[in-house]
Amino acid sequence: MKSLAELEEIRKRTLDQINLRTSNHDIRVVVGMATCGIAAGARPVMNAFVEELNKRNLTNVAVTMTGCIGMCKLEPIVEVIDKDGSKVTYVKMTPEKVARVVAEHIVNGRVCTEYTIAEADK
Amino acid sequence: MRDLSLHLMDIVQNSIDAKASKISILICADKKSDLLEIEVKDNGIGMDSDFLKEVVNPFTTTRDTRRVGLGIPLLKASAKRASGDLEITSEKLVGTTVKASFKISHIDRLPLGNLAQTMESLIVARPDIEYDLTLDNKKERFIFNSFEIKRRIGEVPLTHFEVLKWIGEYVNDGVKTIFGGILDEILG
Repeated sequence: MKSLAELEEIRKRTLDQINLRTSNHDIRVVVGMATCGIAAGARPVMNAFVEELNKRNLTNVAVTMTGCIGMCKLEPIVEVIDKDGSKVTYVKMTPEKVARVVAEHIVNGRVCTEYTIAEADK
Repeated sequence: MRDLSLHLMDIVQNSIDAKASKISILICADKKSDLLEIEVKDNGIGMDSDFLKEVVNPFTTTRDTRRVGLGIPLLKASAKRASGDLEITSEKLVGTTVKASFKISHIDRLPLGNLAQTMESLIVARPDIEYDLTLDNKKERFIFNSFEIKRRIGEVPLTHFEVLKWIGEYVNDGVKTIFGGILDEILG
């Protein structure tokens, strides 16, 4: 059984890292979390982003959620918005696709074109 | 929806949209009466009685992207399918309570699902909201409060990965302790 006392250890252990961090978020990852998104599997997608970003120690990325983006048949939908506000919309996301989006788009700045909404429209 | 934890995520979303600052979730499984109840109570803006009457209608919604809202009708359908029901009470400017019930042993009763992941996702999305989760089996209780955790970790944010991981495991432990042997899908 987990105990609340462990939180104290986590606090001590992570405090040093926190001080090194800037609270500036360069990139925002927005996951659609309305009924349509949740039913299509948005929750594991959001979780995969949190895990993948932590694995790579990317602290400049914020993960948030939003309501229905308006294209329910393409859910789970994820928007990646960079510092200057330009937005890439990924559709029909899965946890497997998340790993690639993090590695290629967020780390290396190369958009995963085949997962984008433009590609789904074709 | 595949399981109850996804329904829960969806219903809590309504509370967030209603600008709630505190959301209390109660899951109570009583083996004796074969009854599972899930209650979501918020302090959001509430609904007036006219909207409340229409809220289980799929063509009632507050969203502006399309004119259907399926969150509550789907939960009601899942409850009805398992000999349960859905009850909503609300007061304008005070808050809303949504309560769904299920017959535990009913063949069509949805499994609880990954409650830990629902809590983690909600905290990642809106760490500023106070989430209170109570698991109850009429003998024992498990209580989780996100602001209590916040107080304990001080300047470390709730959304820090290690904290989230701890929260997930903590909730999972709670689910196993309270519902193991009562909800068949959960091993004690």
